[in-house]
Amino acid sequence: MEKDQNNILEEVTNSDYKYGFYTDIEMDTAPVGLCEDTVRFISAKKNEPEWMLEFRLKAYRHWLTLTEPTWAHLHHPPIQYQDIIFYAAPKRKKELKSLDEVDPELIETFNKLGISLDEQKKLSGVAVDAVIDSVSVKTTFSDTLSKYGVIFCSFSDAVQNHPDLVKQYMGSVVPSNDNFFAALNSAVFSDGSFCYIPKGVRCPVELSTYFRINAANTGQFERTLIVADEGAYVSYMEGCTAPMRDENQLHAAIVEIVAMKDAEVKYSTVQNWYPGNKKGEGGIYNFVTKRGICKGSHSKISWTQVETGSAITWKYPSVVLMGDNSVGEFYSVAVTNNFQQADTGSKMIHLGKNTKSTIISKGISAGQSNNSYRGLVKVIKRAENARNFSQCDSLLLGDKCGAHTYPYIKAENHTSIIEHEATTSKISDDQLFYCKQRGISSESAIGLIVNGYAKEVLMHLPMEFAVEAQKLLAISLEGSVG
Amino acid sequence: MLSIRNLKVSIKGKEILKGINLEVKAGEVHAIMGPNGTGKSTLAYVIAGREGYEVTEGEIIFKGRNILGLSAEERACEGLFLGFQYPVEIPGVSITNFLRTAINEQRKYKGLDPVPATEFLARMEEKKKLLELQEKLASRSVNEGFSGGEKKKNEIFQMAMLEPMLAILDETDSGLDIDALRIVASGVNKLRRPDNSTIVITHYQRLLEYIVPDVVHVLFDGRIVKSGGKELALLLEEKGYEWIRKES
Repeated sequence: MEKDQNNILEEVTNSDYKYGFYTDIEMDTAPVGLCEDTVRFISAKKNEPEWMLEFRLKAYRHWLTLTEPTWAHLHHPPIQYQDIIFYAAPKRKKELKSLDEVDPELIETFNKLGISLDEQKKLSGVAVDAVIDSVSVKTTFSDTLSKYGVIFCSFSDAVQNHPDLVKQYMGSVVPSNDNFFAALNSAVFSDGSFCYIPKGVRCPVELSTYFRINAANTGQFERTLIVADEGAYVSYMEGCTAPMRDENQLHAAIVEIVAMKDAEVKYSTVQNWYPGNKKGEGGIYNFVTKRGICKGSHSKISWTQVETGSAITWKYPSVVLMGDNSVGEFYSVAVTNNFQQADTGSKMIHLGKNTKSTIISKGISAGQSNNSYRGLVKVIKRAENARNFSQCDSLLLGDKCGAHTYPYIKAENHTSIIEHEATTSKISDDQLFYCKQRGISSESAIGLIVNGYAKEVLMHLPMEFAVEAQKLLAISLEGSVG
Repeated sequence: MLSIRNLKVSIKGKEILKGINLEVKAGEVHAIMGPNGTGKSTLAYVIAGREGYEVTEGEIIFKGRNILGLSAEERACEGLFLGFQYPVEIPGVSITNFLRTAINEQRKYKGLDPVPATEFLARMEEKKKLLELQEKLASRSVNEGFSGGEKKKNEIFQMAMLEPMLAILDETDSGLDIDALRIVASGVNKLRRPDNSTIVITHYQRLLEYIVPDVVHVLFDGRIVKSGGKELALLLEEKGYEWIRKES
C-alpha cells in the first residue's frame, strides 16, 4: 500500500513535467487584476473559438452585477479581486537553493506522507519550475481508454477537439450565472479536465485529476466536466496530495457532472490545500461549486469528499435528481484545525419520482476552528415517493472549536420520507487513556479514533485514496490535543 | 517486578491512597481485595499512569526503575498492562487494527520493526483459541456493542496479544457468568510464566478459585491492612469485610 501511494505521488509530481502547459512561464502571465481584457487575454492565450470567448464574457458581465455571498458561517477579510493574477503562470517563485531553506514543518509532513527526498525537492519548489504550473491533468492508461471510446483530457483540449460535447454540456449543470464564484470561474477558468464515457461503457480504470495551486497572488480557477452517457459508469478521483505553502489565495472551481439514463458517476475528492499556519496566517480560500445532475432514470451520482485543507472551505457538492428512480449520495469528512473554517454540506434536489438520496457528513473540529454543515433537501411537488436520509455527526477536540449544523428541508410532496439524524461527540479521556495504556501515543490514538469515526465515509473512497485520506486525517489533527 | 513504597495519592486534594506498600516478584500472582471505594481502582490507575491523580509521596519501582515520571504509553511499552473494569468503546476501529497499532507502537519503542502481517495474524489465531473467541471478533470495533462478558474476554485477549510483564486485572470477574469466568480465568492461567506477574483486583473470592494467588492483600481505607496466603481470601468470604474493619 505504501508503494501504491508512492507511485501515485510520483505520478503527480511527474505529471507536472509532462503536461506543463507552457515552457516560458513569465511570458504567459496575465496583468494583475480583472477586466474584460483579462478575459480576452485568457481566451486568446488558449486559442479559443468565438463561442468560448462569448461564454466567458457573458459570465464576466454577469459577475460584475453580483456581490460575494455572506450567508455562510465564515469570516475573512474581503478578497481583493484586483490584486489577483487571473491566469496560469504567476511571478516566478523565489528559488530555494536547497532543502535547508524549506520550512522544516513541511519536510516533516512530506516524510509522514512517505514522499521521497527527491520528490520533496520537486514539491517544495527547490529549483524546479514545473511545480508552478497551475493545473495538471494526468491520464493513465490512455491506450486502454481510447479503446473504449472514453475521452479524458484537459478542458482546453476538449474545447479544441470536442467542441460539440463541451458546447452541449458546459454550464448545463452549473450555469455561469449560478452564483458569484461560479460566474467568476466561468469568466476566467484556466483549465481543468473533461471526461466523456460513451453509451454502455464501464470505464475500466479509475480516472484521476490532481490540482496544484499556483504561487502567491494567483487565483486558481479550474473546471471539470464529466458526462456519463446512457448505461455508462466511471469512478473519478480528484486530489491535491502535496500541500503548497502560500499566502491566502483564491481557489474557485466548478465541477459539473451529467449522468444519463442508467449511468453512474462516483466522484471522490481528497482536498488538502494548504490550511494556513498554526496562527491562522495564510492558506487557501476554497470556494467551489460542485453539482451533478441525474438526468436520466435510474442514474446515480455519488460524491465522497475528505476535506482536510484550506483556510476557508465553501463547498456544497449537490445532486439534482431529475430522472425517476435516480440516486444521489454525499459522503463527507471535513476536518478543521487551528484557525480553519469550513462551511460545507450538500444539496439534494428531488425532481423525479422514487428518487433517493443519502447524506452522511462527519465533521471534526479541533484547535480554534469552526466547522459547519449546511445542507438542503428539497422535494418538489411532482416528486412522488422521494426518500432522503441525512446523518450529520460532529466530533469536537478540545473546547475552543465550534461545530454547527444548518439543515434545510423543503418538502412539497407528502409522500416523501425525509430523515435527519445529528450527533455531537468528543473524544473522551477514557478513550485516550485506554489507547495509551496499550502503548499507543496520544497522537496515534487520535488518528485511530478519528479514522474510526470517519470510517463510514472513508469506506466509500477508492483504495489508494482511502490510505492517503487516513494518513491525512491523522496528520492534520496533530498537536490538537495535549 | 513491582515494588511500591509508601505510595500516597490524592484526587483534588482528597487523599485516597494513604501509604501503600506492595512487593510483587516475577512469577507471582497477587490478589487485592477490599470493599467498594477503598482505592483499589485508584491504585490500578496510578500504577498504569493515568493523569488526574496527584502522587504526594512514595515511589513505584517497576523492573528496577521508578516509573512515576513515565507516561501511560511508556509504562505500557515497558510491559505494564491494565485490564479495565469498564473497557471503553472505540467505534469504527477494528480490534485487528487496534492491536496491530498497539503492538507496533510498543515495538517502535523498543527499536523494532513493525510486526509482519502474517506473523501478527498467526498470533491472533493462536490467542483467539486460547480464549475461545469467535472468528468474527477481530473485525468488530473495539468493545462496540459487546456484552459484558465479551468485553472482559477482549481485555484478556489483548493481554495475550501484548504479552506484558505485569498485568493488573481490575475486577475482571465482575459481570461474568460462570462459563465466561472459567474461560477468562483459564486464559489468565495459561499466560502465566515464571518471568511475568499478575495482580488481580476483585471483590469476591470466587475468581480466586480459578486464578490461585500466591499472596492476598486486603485494601481498606487507602491502606493494605492485611496480607496473607490464599486462605485469607476464604477467611474474608466467611467473615466478611466487617471483620477487617474491626481488626484495623
